[in-house]
Amino acid sequence: MKNHTPLSEINVGQTAIIQNVRASELKVKLMERGLIKGKTLQLLYRAPFGDPIAFDVEGYVLSLRLDEAMLIDVEIKTEDGL
Amino acid sequence: MKIALLGNPNTGKSSVFNMLTGLRQNVGNFPGVTVDKKTGKLPSKTENHDIIDFPGTYSIYPRSKDEQVVYTSLMDPQNANYPDINIVVVDAANLERNLLLFTQIYDLQRPTIMVLNMVDLAKRRNKKINISALQELFPEAEIVETNARVRLGKQRILDAISRLKARAGHSFLSDSKIAEIDDVAAQEEETEARFKKIASLTDLETEKKQLVSRSKKLDKILVHPFFGYLIFAAILIVIFQFIYAFAALPMDMIDTGFASIAAWLREVMPMGILSDLVTQGIVPGIGGIVIFIPQIALLFFFIAILEETGYLSRVVFIMDRLMRPLGLNGKSVVPLLSSVACAIPGVMSARTISDWKERMITIMVAPLMSCSARIPVYTLLIALVIPSETVFGIFNVQGLVLFGLYALGTISALLVALVFKWLLKTREKGFLMLEMPSYKPPQWGNVGLVVWEKIKVFVWDAGKIILAISIILWVLATYGPGDKMELAANEVRQNGIAQNLPQSEIDRDVASAELENSFIGIMGRTIEPVIEPLGYDWKIGISLITSFAAREVFVGSMATIYAVQDDGNRNVPLIEKMRDEKRDNGAVVYSLAAGASLMVFYVFAMQCMATLAVVKRETKSWKWPILQVVYMGVLAYLASWITFILLS
Repeated sequence: MKNHTPLSEINVGQTAIIQNVRASELKVKLMERGLIKGKTLQLLYRAPFGDPIAFDVEGYVLSLRLDEAMLIDVEIKTEDGL
Repeated sequence: MKIALLGNPNTGKSSVFNMLTGLRQNVGNFPGVTVDKKTGKLPSKTENHDIIDFPGTYSIYPRSKDEQVVYTSLMDPQNANYPDINIVVVDAANLERNLLLFTQIYDLQRPTIMVLNMVDLAKRRNKKINISALQELFPEAEIVETNARVRLGKQRILDAISRLKARAGHSFLSDSKIAEIDDVAAQEEETEARFKKIASLTDLETEKKQLVSRSKKLDKILVHPFFGYLIFAAILIVIFQFIYAFAALPMDMIDTGFASIAAWLREVMPMGILSDLVTQGIVPGIGGIVIFIPQIALLFFFIAILEETGYLSRVVFIMDRLMRPLGLNGKSVVPLLSSVACAIPGVMSARTISDWKERMITIMVAPLMSCSARIPVYTLLIALVIPSETVFGIFNVQGLVLFGLYALGTISALLVALVFKWLLKTREKGFLMLEMPSYKPPQWGNVGLVVWEKIKVFVWDAGKIILAISIILWVLATYGPGDKMELAANEVRQNGIAQNLPQSEIDRDVASAELENSFIGIMGRTIEPVIEPLGYDWKIGISLITSFAAREVFVGSMATIYAVQDDGNRNVPLIEKMRDEKRDNGAVVYSLAAGASLMVFYVFAMQCMATLAVVKRETKSWKWPILQVVYMGVLAYLASWITFILLS
């Protein structure tokens, strides 16, 4: 699992692929919103003070608080800017 | 026949509901939860169809108590809301994610319709959905394409309903059952299995999804750390300007309109207790309900536009981090700011906060924000005890005090929120997980229906309580024990005639004597020892009790007690009379300390029965409004007491 980063730590503009949604009481809710293994997402922006963050998950924009984004492990794919 | 309307948030579900039902909508309750149940009638020649608009969810598994209504209604055939037909609205532009909820509902083996909405948007994103492949996948479902934003597809849905047949047992996920409501592990497993199968279907959409680029440019500015807040502040200023500019005129018209209705009825009705009840109790009571409609309508008009365009979710996004330490949510911002105009729409707009604890805290602190009804009280008292001087070259002391009162209310609201955050216990963890829909022009039909629904809820649900309380207050202010009132009034009248006073002055003196000797007058005198430490006398006590109806009543009551002519907004005779008021020992009643103490009292005290009625309506319990009266009353008492001690 060397390439795995929590979603909360990627940079604006980076594209990443979801590897794992960590076990927690929020897991089902995250999955229901389309955050499942293999999906591509791109961080669009961070709110002022860095939290929450908003990203594109294959066609729609979802915002998560950092402690929710922490539950998602991703693999960073590219360093593309917006 | 009962029809359930289901779907993910932001699929245009409410547009579909509005398209199908128009104005034939009703708001009711789901038992045991605070979410509203919106029902409507479908136009049908042959059958009576009731359609229930369920809250938008991503799956049928609930996270909060309020979301349970979907699960319990759909799963239990004994449930009063158990539907005969399920209609699932699916966002064509986000088919894959939307299919989770649809497949769960399809597998319940009830007749099911898929409403593929926003097909135009999907096309603009180069997506074409393969309807025949979808139909093959769900052979027992009716699939219709709609574009509810432009009211396209109503007839198709009605036709689909009439085509529906009983299910023959086909399932999307053959070996899976819907998990128990509290079995989270099984829910995860089931969700995963469904998504796995959905992901394996490659022939549903021709064009593979690409990352959205629309809305991004706008968002760069609207969620910007500096310009984002600046733009939000500018939008708020514009909204409040509109409300102050446009609400005043209809409110004045309602005020004078109801006064003339009462005057007319007094003439045509035979004199007596019934005429008094109607003209002084019921008609002004109804007027006291109707007077709120302009502010409620205007605020929800603007809130609905912000919501429809998609901007509201950006506000939530930039405010969430700031509100979270206080136990609030980014969604608390709109209710709290609305409360600066009026706490009623503020409390009502808290309904969008899905987390129970965050919603309760927001509702509990919203009335601490200084609303427009406090302005007449503030301005009267400021003119009375605060000198109109300039300090530091530019600041008027009176203006500074007014600003200070608003700041005191706001800061207290935030601090009290913090206290409730510690006090309120909940098993659910608050979360955001907010979808940020792409920007689109508002749909005026939806905006209009939101305004209409909010007015209806306020007038019918809260109005009953407001009317009841205002009649009770009227009885207490109009009647007194035994013939005490009559004797006092006669004495004043004889004196006036003996002194050759003009009739209008005698009338005012009589009204003053009557109020002093009414039940409320006696209550005001009774509480004098309690409010004396705050610097108040029994006359203020009377006005405190009467202004429970609404804060601005304080001014009118004072005018009655001091038997002065009400000259509208300026209150010059009243201020002069109050300034001359002396205690038995010769000291002025309205000293700086007493005046400031009274202002502080009005910052904190829950002097508004209409807000209480709305809190009862929104929390579906008397517990919360009563708690609110008590805690705000205690705060008001303590803060005024401290103010009085510090300043005297």
